[in-house]
Amino acid sequence: MPVNEAATAIGHPSAIAMAFFFLFIAITLGITYWAARRTSTTEQFYAAGRSITAGQNGFALAGDYMSAASFLGIAGLVSTTGFDGLIYSTGWLVGWPVVLFLIAEPLRNLGRYTFSDVVALRFRQKPVRIAAATGTLATVVLYLIAQMVGAGGLIKLMFGLSYEQAVVVVGCAMIAYVLFGGMIATTWVQIVKAVLLLAGAAILAVMVLMRFGMSPTALFAAAAERYGAGVLAPGRLVSSPLDALSLGLALMFGTAGLPHILMRFYTVPDARAARTSVFYATGLIGLFYLMTFILGFGAMVLVGPDAIRAVDAGGNMAAPLLAELLGGTPFLGFIAAVAFATILAVVAGLTLSGAAALSHDLWVSVVRGGHAESGEQLAVARLATIGLGIVAIALGIAFKGQNVAFMVSLAFAIAASGNFPALVLSIFWSRCSTAGAVSSMVVGTLSTLLLIAVSPTVQIDLLGNSSAAFPLKNPALVTIPLSFLVGVIVSLLSSEPGAAARFAALERRLHLGAADE
Amino acid sequence: MASRKKRAPAPDLEQRLRMLARERTRVGLALTAAVFVVYFGFIGAVAYARDALGALVVPGLSVGILAGALVIVASWLLTWVYVRWANDRYDPALRALREH
Repeated sequence: MPVNEAATAIGHPSAIAMAFFFLFIAITLGITYWAARRTSTTEQFYAAGRSITAGQNGFALAGDYMSAASFLGIAGLVSTTGFDGLIYSTGWLVGWPVVLFLIAEPLRNLGRYTFSDVVALRFRQKPVRIAAATGTLATVVLYLIAQMVGAGGLIKLMFGLSYEQAVVVVGCAMIAYVLFGGMIATTWVQIVKAVLLLAGAAILAVMVLMRFGMSPTALFAAAAERYGAGVLAPGRLVSSPLDALSLGLALMFGTAGLPHILMRFYTVPDARAARTSVFYATGLIGLFYLMTFILGFGAMVLVGPDAIRAVDAGGNMAAPLLAELLGGTPFLGFIAAVAFATILAVVAGLTLSGAAALSHDLWVSVVRGGHAESGEQLAVARLATIGLGIVAIALGIAFKGQNVAFMVSLAFAIAASGNFPALVLSIFWSRCSTAGAVSSMVVGTLSTLLLIAVSPTVQIDLLGNSSAAFPLKNPALVTIPLSFLVGVIVSLLSSEPGAAARFAALERRLHLGAADE
Repeated sequence: MASRKKRAPAPDLEQRLRMLARERTRVGLALTAAVFVVYFGFIGAVAYARDALGALVVPGLSVGILAGALVIVASWLLTWVYVRWANDRYDPALRALREH
């Protein structure tokens, strides 16, 4: 039953794929035009005027988070390795409960636009802002590179555009959304994307199940019958338990430190809406990852691992190939456009949070000492958007052909080690000091970058050396505890009576909200 | 609402807020620990109990696939537990504090 690889339309520009592609661009630019007329203040630009409802934010969070790597990468991994791929499906979800239990509501009540608002609240502004903005930019740039390189390859495969053209198209669209429509346009692009992605995955999953009498177990049984019972059991992917533990820690605590995710909690009216929105987002994202079980095994049985690898060695084309097999070229075109929308929504969110770090944290809080006209703030934010967009396009082209998939888990490791510990210490621990928070962020970020550089991921997989100085592929197992430890020790060594005295006010605001809202 | 802007709460209110804050932290940490145990229990089983995860519950459905799906379901349930606690207990307690 596996399809002949020559029979696929993947890699050839199809009129239907192009039509869906232009339709999506037209709709999102229409949304941007509508949003631009509602974006005249910093609160509207960064936080959509706090007017997004909990339900809308639930979809937007899901759209901000579920990247093409989830959709194409995990489906591909399951289709070529079976059960091992499912380990990732679960890992990408378990950070969300942590966001809900520890971060979402305090963040909404304590900050205005960025997570560094919260860390800086009772400490000296400048050092905290600089450290937090550095952590944000490191996370955002690494994440952006991974998305841009993925987008270039993907769009080249699906629409037949050249790699460079594809990167430029993605870069220009994301600049347009953020520059003119700010958070309002970004939110609605993310909502449209989440609906398209969930609908696309659901239709595909139902079409797969129809071949198996609507029974997932019949599908799994067919996979086991054809490729051996091993596809339903753990295989070689998790050969090192410590590696699995370290990656798991990065995913679980990194989600709660991703600046573009955290920023979304400022778009809702109050803490209760922030709470409800994470509840919805967890439901939607979990549902999506459950569907990847069906899509992955469906592609394994119906398309076949060899045919999938023949089109793309990484297995990324499993879901598109499955769509083509089940729904022909029109459905392939739709799924291709969904994958494209998926990338755009994520890069728009990343660009906006990077622009907020540059403008709100660095320019307004550090350079201007907290005093800048609204017009100036907006102008700097827009300039930062254009700058980040150009950097993303340049890096996307510079990293052409490189294996950058590890950069996403690296971004999670930095978010988990550089951003998350300082956020937790500043919110929940009265003794935390400026020096403690800053050293936690600096040590967390730098140690992550350093250990990645000497890890097997870079030394063996990327540079082709025979050994690596550090044994773990992802450093979170070391860097998260290190960052907490440094934050606690430095805080205890540097008593800051002012910061401790302000903790009572922080705690009050954490629960009751800011007095002026 | 206006009174809250102008003056700090009376000492006993301060006390009640602190107790509520402590309860929220306890609930948050306990639920975080629960997610941690569920997910890393699953990862531990993947690493150390491969054969057990490969056993079939019914034809086609291995213990491993069921456990993976249950990790997702458990994440849902735990977020639901938190939202119930927050809506039924935490929010009313905050409202009572605000009304003073």
